[in-house]
Amino acid sequence: MSTSARNVPARLSVPVDRRLPDDHVRMGPAPVGGPSCRQATALPKVGISGISLSYRTQTGERLLALDNINLQVRSGEFVCIVGPSGCGKSTLLHLIAGLHSPSAGEVQVDGKPVQGPGTERILIFQEHGLFPWLTVGQNVEFGMKMKGVPKAERAEKVRYYLRLVHLAKFENSYIHQLSGGMRQRVAIARALATEPDVLLMDEPFAALDAQTRDLLHDELERIWSDTKRTIIFVTHNVREAVRLGDRVVLLTFRPGRVKSEFTVTLPRPRSLEDPEVALVARDVLEELREEINRSLEAEYHTGVKPRIEPGVEV
Amino acid sequence: MKRAGRYLIFYGVVFGAWALLAKLQIWPPYLFPTPWSVWDELYGGFKDHTYWLAIAVSMKRVLAGYAISVVLGMILGLGVSSSKFLEETMGGLLVSLQSLPSICWWPLALLWFGLSQKAILFVVIMGSLLSLTLAMEDGRKQMPKIFGQAGRNLGAKGFKLFWYVLLPASLPFIVSGLKQGWAFAWRSLITAEMLYMSMGLGQVLMMGRDFSNMSAVIAVMLLIIVIGYIVDGIVFKGIERHLQNKWGLTPAT
Repeated sequence: MSTSARNVPARLSVPVDRRLPDDHVRMGPAPVGGPSCRQATALPKVGISGISLSYRTQTGERLLALDNINLQVRSGEFVCIVGPSGCGKSTLLHLIAGLHSPSAGEVQVDGKPVQGPGTERILIFQEHGLFPWLTVGQNVEFGMKMKGVPKAERAEKVRYYLRLVHLAKFENSYIHQLSGGMRQRVAIARALATEPDVLLMDEPFAALDAQTRDLLHDELERIWSDTKRTIIFVTHNVREAVRLGDRVVLLTFRPGRVKSEFTVTLPRPRSLEDPEVALVARDVLEELREEINRSLEAEYHTGVKPRIEPGVEV
Repeated sequence: MKRAGRYLIFYGVVFGAWALLAKLQIWPPYLFPTPWSVWDELYGGFKDHTYWLAIAVSMKRVLAGYAISVVLGMILGLGVSSSKFLEETMGGLLVSLQSLPSICWWPLALLWFGLSQKAILFVVIMGSLLSLTLAMEDGRKQMPKIFGQAGRNLGAKGFKLFWYVLLPASLPFIVSGLKQGWAFAWRSLITAEMLYMSMGLGQVLMMGRDFSNMSAVIAVMLLIIVIGYIVDGIVFKGIERHLQNKWGLTPAT
């Protein structure tokens, strides 16, 4: 299986029962529990059941950010979550990471409920998540140091993971000396070095220019198929989601609910420019447009500016 | 080079004016000594080890007091910044306490600890603790929250989170507070030393007054200024520059 893994890795194909013959995308309604819930025979890697989150705003009103989210992610699956700004998709990742607790519901990893942060789930932030007082190597080493991994082993792994993201030469550089794309590669290396089962990525490439983002898409896809991690990737860019994901989950605008799910069965490696990717992205965007309009309306009415970036255009 | 030239001109004029005024003897020399008599005093004081000893004693005290202050200030600042209740109550108290000149703690210290090293240390700590606490609190608030989240995410918690993440992350935001705390500690120390036979620079300064030796008074004042400058302008500047290089911050203008 591994011999042909470069072009169309067998593990990237969808289970037979989920494949539609002449179509690379399958759209399902989003009933509570989600279609994947009933289909998952084995224990899902990440199980999100009935997650809701409400909080009090500074003006004192209660805001429901997430409403009864149900999502099952298989081991080794690449799931992208898209939605307009303000749908709570980043918040959802923070909940999975255990940095906040939900108001209701539960996140489970391998069947065990999440209680606080854990190194089997590592979150990669949009930007600024790296420690500027440490060198690149020390950043990558950080999680292992916290775990108490012996020094020699740490040094070896730092070298390994920096090679994986093509930054071996920059081990002793400081973060501010790197470009935006290099920084996100360091973030990926730092996350991988703690050897998590699940990578949580919060719009990691949103602040990068198009060329850099293309490169990082390729690298992420390669690393994903090499390391067999489960990835939950949040983005507002539909094309990016279709280009990367096995499955694209669409959230509604405030409160965030699962609106629909799309299974993407296009062969890998894909490219952002593939017409097939664009085609699927158009379907997703069709669904998303309504939510974007709602978020824009909210902006006009309340003056609260949702963050919509040009990346959502197909 | 240009900067050195400017310094040379400025201090040349200052010393020239001083020498001229002293030479004109508008005021008697025992009230307005010449630069060279101050120089002789400095030379003699270092030669018979009076000044070396005084500097060593004073530095030891200020370092001990400052170190205790920094640690206490960190704990207090961390506490105040992490609880809304403490911020509203103790935060306000700290700000109002800061209006109290540190030497006002001296009578209290004397009654508590007697005429002793402890009393001096107490005044130094009280002089710098408040500003350090406020600086720590402020630094914690200014520090981007994402560092704490990233640290917890990577498995740091408790003391490790504080030591490896929160502390280094807030350093650029507290370094000016640390510097200010140092200045307060140094001033409090000299003031306290002047009130007590203590071997430090403050006492040597008062001895100059007791013997009506104006050259000695000025010499010790110069020493106090120079030490303050070395710590402030060289040690702290160095730390700031080091942080700026690491973080890639441009120096504040």
